[in-house]
Amino acid sequence: MKKAQLAATLLAATVALGLSACGGDDSSSGGSGGVSGDKPHIAIVSKGFQHQFWQAVKQGAEQEAAKEGATITFVGPATEADVEGQITMLTNALATKPDALGFAALDSKASAPILQQAVAQKVPVIAFDSGVDSDVPLTTAATDNKAAAAEAAKHLAELVGDKGKVALVVHDQTSRSGIDRRDGFVEWMEANAPGITLLPVQYGGGDQAKSADITKSIIQSNPDVAGIYGSNEGSAIGVVKGVQEAGKQGIKIVGFDSGQAQIDAINSGLEAGAITQNPVGMGAALVKAAMDAIKGQTLPKTIDTGFYWYDKTNIDDPKIQAVLYK
Amino acid sequence: MTAVDAIAEPTRPAGWLAAARSRLQQLLAFASLMVIVGFFSVANQNFFTYGNIINILFSTVVIGTLALGTTFVIISGGIDLSIGTGMTLCAVMSGVFLTNWGLPLAVGIPAAILFGGLVGLVNGLNVAVLKIPPFIATLAMMLVAQGLALVISHSAPIYFTENPNYVNISIGQLVPQVPNAVLVLFAAILVSAVLLNTTLLGRYTYSIGSNEEATALSGIDVRRWKIVVYTLAGLFIGLAGVMISARLGSAQPATGMGYELQAIAAVVIGGTSLAGGKGSIVGTVIGALIISTLNNGLQIMSIPQEWQNVVLGVVILVAVYADMIRKGER
Repeated sequence: MKKAQLAATLLAATVALGLSACGGDDSSSGGSGGVSGDKPHIAIVSKGFQHQFWQAVKQGAEQEAAKEGATITFVGPATEADVEGQITMLTNALATKPDALGFAALDSKASAPILQQAVAQKVPVIAFDSGVDSDVPLTTAATDNKAAAAEAAKHLAELVGDKGKVALVVHDQTSRSGIDRRDGFVEWMEANAPGITLLPVQYGGGDQAKSADITKSIIQSNPDVAGIYGSNEGSAIGVVKGVQEAGKQGIKIVGFDSGQAQIDAINSGLEAGAITQNPVGMGAALVKAAMDAIKGQTLPKTIDTGFYWYDKTNIDDPKIQAVLYK
Repeated sequence: MTAVDAIAEPTRPAGWLAAARSRLQQLLAFASLMVIVGFFSVANQNFFTYGNIINILFSTVVIGTLALGTTFVIISGGIDLSIGTGMTLCAVMSGVFLTNWGLPLAVGIPAAILFGGLVGLVNGLNVAVLKIPPFIATLAMMLVAQGLALVISHSAPIYFTENPNYVNISIGQLVPQVPNAVLVLFAAILVSAVLLNTTLLGRYTYSIGSNEEATALSGIDVRRWKIVVYTLAGLFIGLAGVMISARLGSAQPATGMGYELQAIAAVVIGGTSLAGGKGSIVGTVIGALIISTLNNGLQIMSIPQEWQNVVLGVVILVAVYADMIRKGER
């Protein structure tokens, strides 16, 4: 049928046009499925593609895997809200019978059953970024999120002069990182800055547009808000955009992670500074721990991959540049 | 009265009483919005200010644009689930056109909008020619668009470094104190209203939605007009993609999932029937405003996030049920 052929051609054309816009190679990492003979295979399930942070983790993991002679697969759900999607990916990753499993939990409790299955399959599990409420992971390679958030609180308190209203735009309340970065900030403030009034915490899911809208509402109902804290890349960039759109001057913004938009905001003075983790280091530590586990070595309970405060004064420091990502 | 008119007007029988009822229905929808606005204005003094009203309008731009295009599809008896990720794909394409390919704004922006039309065209062909049920056809496109957005962008945001003025499409102010995005939304509303209410496209959309078989039997090329409707929705998807990437200053490849449900909710709250044949642009605009006003008001009152979705869901139920009662279906 002519019309059906036309439809099929147009569908193919759309796909072809899309793919031609790709340009170069699409970097798919490492091998796929099972033990490919000599090279150990590590399956890594991250929190997703919503933030460039994970691409930096992937980079670190690939570099370390190349050094250690392993192959990795690196997957994640479309958004950091898709808990169920991540569980499915975890199940599929286990089905490929990897030699080790790396996992950054979106929901600390939801993954417990799958982790039991990993134990049954005798696959060592390495947790990273967000800890899992479980004894199954042999180690957790992560930033001490509570300490990092406390550091952010310390700097924001200093910036607003230890008094006034401070708002929080947090990415979620189910993942370890969301909970810790909120609690670490709040607890430090309550203990060390009694002159600061904390406004009710708002959750933007890490979505930039939603976080920007929330920020504008916060400014609308609290025109005298002195400082705002964004707990991850998407939230922080959203806060910056929201303040920009509201046209308000003088609000001190403290963020988390990096990404091109945040780096630009700090350089231009819109954002006061942020806490950066060490995503590349985290990816490398994760793979190294996985290899050690495969070789049967004992691992420390946690691997602290570190965090740093950065602002306009030290952003060009090579040590800081090494952990920032675009 | 032509055959098409006869089919397209079963909900508008002759008589001044019915005409008044129709006006009353639209006024009641508007009244619901006013009740919500009134409630929040009383509850918090910061709500009813010029700045906040602008904030509400601004936050309605993207979902509103998607909802306008989808109104045509739903009135025609179809549905389009691909509008969310389709928007993301168009945002990515705007990044490709403007940054990667270095096209000037005057070429790249229309290109991104037309790409949306292409996505809509494929949807239309799948529905009208291959006769795949709209739910399935657009669900498939939703997944394809989501994947392509990640593939084409290599899972990384594309920044508009070549065109720093791009963001002014959204946050610039041609009219002082009014973001351009709001002006774009008004223009989109105007265009949709004209298309739906005065053109052949509009009449055929209602007609196909009311009774597809009768429309076909009266000599209208239903297949062709369905393709047109989906392609039109696609153009709105492209526009929404441009608006969101302009606001954020970057094409974010991983967003968009879930936007389709909000847009469809806006259309439904506004009185458009999912069964097809009934609906209006005014209704869609009111539905979109009800959703964004609720979101904004609840945030201003610092109602815990958890409750915001509960309230939204209840309002949707109440609004749709009230609409059904008014139209005499209960």
